[in-house]
Amino acid sequence: MSSVYVNRPTASPQAAAAWDTRRQLLTNVRGIGGRAYPRVSGILRERSWLFFEILLPFMTTSGFVFVYRALHAPPAYIGFVVLGGAMTAFWLNVMWMMAAQLYWEKDQGNLELYFTAPVSMMSILLGMAVGGMAMSFARAIVVLAIGAIVYGVQFQIEQWALLLAVFALTLAALYGLGMVLASLFLLWGREAWHLTQLTVEPIYFVSGLNFPVGRLGALGALAIGTIPLAVGLDAMRQLAFVNAPGLGGTPSPGIEAGILVVMTVIFIGVARWMLTRLEMLARREGKLTMRWG
Amino acid sequence: MPADTTGAPLAIDARGIRRIYKTKPPVVALDGIDLQVEPGELFGLLGPNGAGKTTLIKILTTLLLPSEGTARIFGFDVVTRTKELRRIMNMVAGGEQSGYGMLTVHEQLWMFSQFYGLGVREGRRRVEELIEAVGLAEQRMQRVSTLSTGERQKMNFARGLLNDPWIFFLDEPTLGLDVSAARSVRDLVRAWQAAVPGRTILLTTHYMAEADELCERLAIVDHGKILAIGTPDELKRRVQRESIFRLEVDQLDGGPATLARLPGVTSAVIAANGRQEGDETSQTVAVNLALEGDAALGSVVNALGGIGSRIVSLQKSEPSLEDVFVELVGRGFDEAEANGSPSSGGRDPNDEPPAHAERPPTGEPAEVGR
Ligand SMILES: Nc1ncnc2c1ncn2[C@@H]1O[C@H](COP(=O)(O)OP(=O)(O)OP(=O)(O)O)[C@@H](O)[C@H]1O
Ligand SMILES: [Mg+2]
Repeated sequence: MSSVYVNRPTASPQAAAAWDTRRQLLTNVRGIGGRAYPRVSGILRERSWLFFEILLPFMTTSGFVFVYRALHAPPAYIGFVVLGGAMTAFWLNVMWMMAAQLYWEKDQGNLELYFTAPVSMMSILLGMAVGGMAMSFARAIVVLAIGAIVYGVQFQIEQWALLLAVFALTLAALYGLGMVLASLFLLWGREAWHLTQLTVEPIYFVSGLNFPVGRLGALGALAIGTIPLAVGLDAMRQLAFVNAPGLGGTPSPGIEAGILVVMTVIFIGVARWMLTRLEMLARREGKLTMRWG
Repeated sequence: MPADTTGAPLAIDARGIRRIYKTKPPVVALDGIDLQVEPGELFGLLGPNGAGKTTLIKILTTLLLPSEGTARIFGFDVVTRTKELRRIMNMVAGGEQSGYGMLTVHEQLWMFSQFYGLGVREGRRRVEELIEAVGLAEQRMQRVSTLSTGERQKMNFARGLLNDPWIFFLDEPTLGLDVSAARSVRDLVRAWQAAVPGRTILLTTHYMAEADELCERLAIVDHGKILAIGTPDELKRRVQRESIFRLEVDQLDGGPATLARLPGVTSAVIAANGRQEGDETSQTVAVNLALEGDAALGSVVNALGGIGSRIVSLQKSEPSLEDVFVELVGRGFDEAEANGSPSSGGRDPNDEPPAHAERPPTGEPAEVGR
């Protein structure tokens, strides 16, 4: 019998603590929705994000477009830049809305509530990601649309299915990496923050956001082997601009898709392991909570 | 699994808990805590700032590891069985600023319900019920960032009750609440606990009267050690070596010495009497009597009859928890707390020191893009 003081009656603490797999799974799925909720509603409530999140980054992309035009680069390069601009949104989302966010959550006292709730930290992080993705999608679409309309970018796509698969895999690998970074923030909040800020520009560069990564030679090959954004973007460029000049020197999209699969598996595995390890370490060091005390 | 005599695991069973923070110099926050709490108890931790109360709660809520010792909650080890434990517990701290300021009260509580494993619609219904129960119906669509301290704390309570916890940890839950808000929170906690036998509460507080009124048993903690443990009455009896009475009679021939001579009377002295001066019609004599035991009162009453004194009033004076605290901690609660209000026993639980009342609101983190 349920009342205001009793929602789901349980016979004993032991009975209440025994959850079947279904309940665990459902709670984790709902946890994702729960954490995504404030992010999505926040986006809808604070309209200023439209300006900051879409218009400002698009200006950066436009800057490169004008440079390439002035240099009489092949028109395909404008398409590369626009696609890079679209994908930046997802990278930023992972960096700032997921990994670095944990630092704020701890300061706010939310982190300890997340840890003491019967929901996995992976779900909380995924919830942050899913909520932020809504914004990233909007931004990516706007950038692509403006690119096509204003700069006349012409996509030439033959393998739609593979393109979508590569896009999905890029997101998966990227968010896997985000979880790894988030676990670092758990333990080294401020230091991790500074480190992240230091690595933003170099990663932009070696990811080839504004030019084909194959141009970087050995460095590009290294990036393709380690940075999800680099390999995903290169594969998507090959698939969205078939036969465009300047894309040589990198593996075929099929192989790059394979690399993304491996990356996803590794990142998610590592994130799982690190979250568990670091939770224990943070409990030992007294770093899960900053407030209360 | 350690068990009490009836075979069911204890709600809290902590043994030899030590916690050292590796700062420079290291801080020994807990120094050998042994604590057994039965299912269904409302147990209080009372102690000055820095005593280690919050540290103990953090360990029991799986947020911190003990440096030494073991603790089990309903038989689940707090170090290794976190998964099970987190399904049956919840916690609320005074001044808690959890959640996201731009959500409404309803949205925020619903969000938490999703972390506690409630269904999407079940969560909505439950949130409505609890909003009603804590008295936030008017604020349900208000943004969390605009709530007053007391409203916020009521919301935190609703959050803590969302998952029907079997054990509820409350760290200074009435901090910053006005008298009526604190009372309604206490009533709510009691009613919630009474609804299911076995529901257990561990509470820390700085308010003596709150501890006295609410807790079935208390531990007085200082410097990471439990100094005394017992019911409020047991603790008070510890400091009460004699029975103290305040006697008021119409007249006392021979003065208090008459009474002091009686067997079983330790001392009898004239007490200050507010009505003594000037008021001829109600002139009485007040005497503070210290007796070896309540039984000695009989001879006092007989003796008074013998000398023709009429008893106007007779009051037994009880020691307060504060007296116990002063005796055990070796300093007054207010000295320990350094907030300088007079140490007068029956202090109002909500006699809020301004330092707490004017706690600055913490800013919200930007949940939207950076
Ligand atoms: N993370 C930490 N690092 C180092 N020392 C700490 C940490 N947390 C608490 N301490 C120290 O441990 C001791 C116990 O602190 P704790 O917060 O448990 O006290 P408390 O009884 O809750 O006090 P209060 O009544 O002020 O809330 C204090 O001396 C405090 O300074
Ligand atoms: Mg404390």
